[in-house]
Amino acid sequence: MTDLPNSLRTGPDARGHFGQFGGRYVAETLMPLILDLERHYRAAQADPAFKAEFDYLLKHYVGRPSPLWFAERLTEHLGGAKIYLKREDLNHTGAHKINNCIGQILLARRMGKTKIIAETGAGQHGVATATVAALFGLPCTIFMGAVDVARQQPNVFRMKLLGAEVVAVESGAKTLKDAMNEALRHWVANVHDTFYIIGTVAGPHPYPELVRDFQSVIGDEAREQILEAEGRLPDMLIAPVGGGSNAIGLFHPFLDDADVEIVGVEAAGEGLDGKHAASLAGGRPGILHGNKTYLLQDDDGQITEAHSISAGLDYPGIGPEHSWLHEIGRVRYEPVTDAEALASFQKLTKLEGIIPALESAHAIAAAERIAPTLDKDKIIIVNCSGRGDKDIFTVADALGVAL
Amino acid sequence: MTRFAATFAKPRTALVAFITAGDGNTAANLDALVAGGADVIELGMPFTDPMADGPAIQAANLRSLAKGTTTADIFAIASAFRERHADIPLVLMGYANPMTIRGPEWFAAECAKAGVDGIICVDIPSEEDAELGPSLRAAGVDLIRLATPTTDPARLPAVLDGAGGFLYYVSVAGITGLQQAAQASIVDAVARLKAATDLPVAVGFGVRTPAQASEIAKVADGVVVGSAFIDIIAEHGDAAAAHVEAFTRTLADAIHGAKEIAA
Repeated sequence: MTDLPNSLRTGPDARGHFGQFGGRYVAETLMPLILDLERHYRAAQADPAFKAEFDYLLKHYVGRPSPLWFAERLTEHLGGAKIYLKREDLNHTGAHKINNCIGQILLARRMGKTKIIAETGAGQHGVATATVAALFGLPCTIFMGAVDVARQQPNVFRMKLLGAEVVAVESGAKTLKDAMNEALRHWVANVHDTFYIIGTVAGPHPYPELVRDFQSVIGDEAREQILEAEGRLPDMLIAPVGGGSNAIGLFHPFLDDADVEIVGVEAAGEGLDGKHAASLAGGRPGILHGNKTYLLQDDDGQITEAHSISAGLDYPGIGPEHSWLHEIGRVRYEPVTDAEALASFQKLTKLEGIIPALESAHAIAAAERIAPTLDKDKIIIVNCSGRGDKDIFTVADALGVAL
Repeated sequence: MTRFAATFAKPRTALVAFITAGDGNTAANLDALVAGGADVIELGMPFTDPMADGPAIQAANLRSLAKGTTTADIFAIASAFRERHADIPLVLMGYANPMTIRGPEWFAAECAKAGVDGIICVDIPSEEDAELGPSLRAAGVDLIRLATPTTDPARLPAVLDGAGGFLYYVSVAGITGLQQAAQASIVDAVARLKAATDLPVAVGFGVRTPAQASEIAKVADGVVVGSAFIDIIAEHGDAAAAHVEAFTRTLADAIHGAKEIAA
């Protein structure tokens, strides 16, 4: 990390705030644990053995570094800037989620916690958490909205095979937001022995910071890889943003490179006039799940339901650091609809032989929009944050194909 | 003398009763609580994501919101209550987002105007006091803080700094309405808290029966009961008031007499 006083990479402040965002808005019962987590994280950061074990697991278990693939046929098809894909889809378990889970389970072990819990929407973070829990031999409970359980059966079965207990959450709209509520309820009653592996750069401080740090391996590698491939930094980064962990992981190592334009892609669902999950474009600042950030909500501060064809983006909030980067203008956030993502899902599959996650397809769609407007000597890195095997049923359904 | 001070100056333990605003006939239920002998009223502000609440109060939140309850409705209920009951302390309890969405000054001013004496905000710990505390104190509305079994001695002074009204001891590490704490742990905790503050100490979370309430009332200044009332309202709907009043009376009798029996 740079020591420049004007660096954008030094956040959050000591109280966990990125500008007005972030913070620790949790029940008093959880406060001592959150403070304890922060102390242990600071100690881990200062311990070379912690980083060594994290790096070892990323290399030999996750399969890092993930390749940076020059998508030549997509580039030719679009006729503009060169597009590189950061292949997080090639990680063990098929997405970037595992990077963070490895880091957090190492922290859990350091803190002497013996049980693991997590929330999941599409099931990707649940699978990644169940995977590391199996690897470390710790019992694991995954909270998942009952609606998501029904529409993500393959991932539910994967988690069970990995030894996790999957709790179908029946409260609220029975999706990711409700799963997170229920995980928090379970945690508050089991703080003495339980570690909560939060799946994105949200929640109370220090979660947004530590998840970002564990995911920053994406951007660190991409930086090295593009320097090797092109001898210079990219002109633009593009990544999909739900909570925003893959995006912040790619963006953070480049925040101080003023010449690198950065674009986050929000899920615009049926369009910003209809049902969507674009917290920045359609929401305003509020407090939920332990942090202050942009939220989809009504005038009374009641949280409204999000919608995206991508279950991983189907959340009414966004990580607090993204809210800050949006407000200071360092990152530009653009909406992409279900229909656009669906088209890009198919296009990338046919042109590059890569089936992207629907989350990642949102970023591809933004690249399709932007690349043709740029000169051919410009370079874009798109985060292919996950593979799309999990989405084939959703896509078939959307295309009217019976499997 | 504030309504809190007057209430807790009485030589008996106070019954602090919680119901969710907009769930059932709230005005009638509030009157029933007072008629049955409740000393302090906590009126829950419904929220879509009640993270600290168990199944009973979660369901009450959703029932209320499904009926279209707004923040304006809650302040109307509070103002009307204050007109009918001049002396009973009234607390609004809920989550940060509905309380801060129009700005803390707006919320504090509305509370003062409606005759609300105190606020309990579940998800604003002392670390984030700036979000709400200064505005409430400036408006003369008490910010009631929560202490829990995990609040260690090193942390307690921070929790008490800026606290008013009474101190709410959450007797179990968990959510509302489920487990009950062991009496011995409550006795120890209340003694520890009272050594650290002059504020009255009310104990809640998981208190459902007159027998439990009576035990806690021997050592605490107040006993908070919530989910048990919510269950009655869920069962009887708009006709719950008579049942609420009868249950309140059994609780009040058990609590008000506890210290005399103990002595």
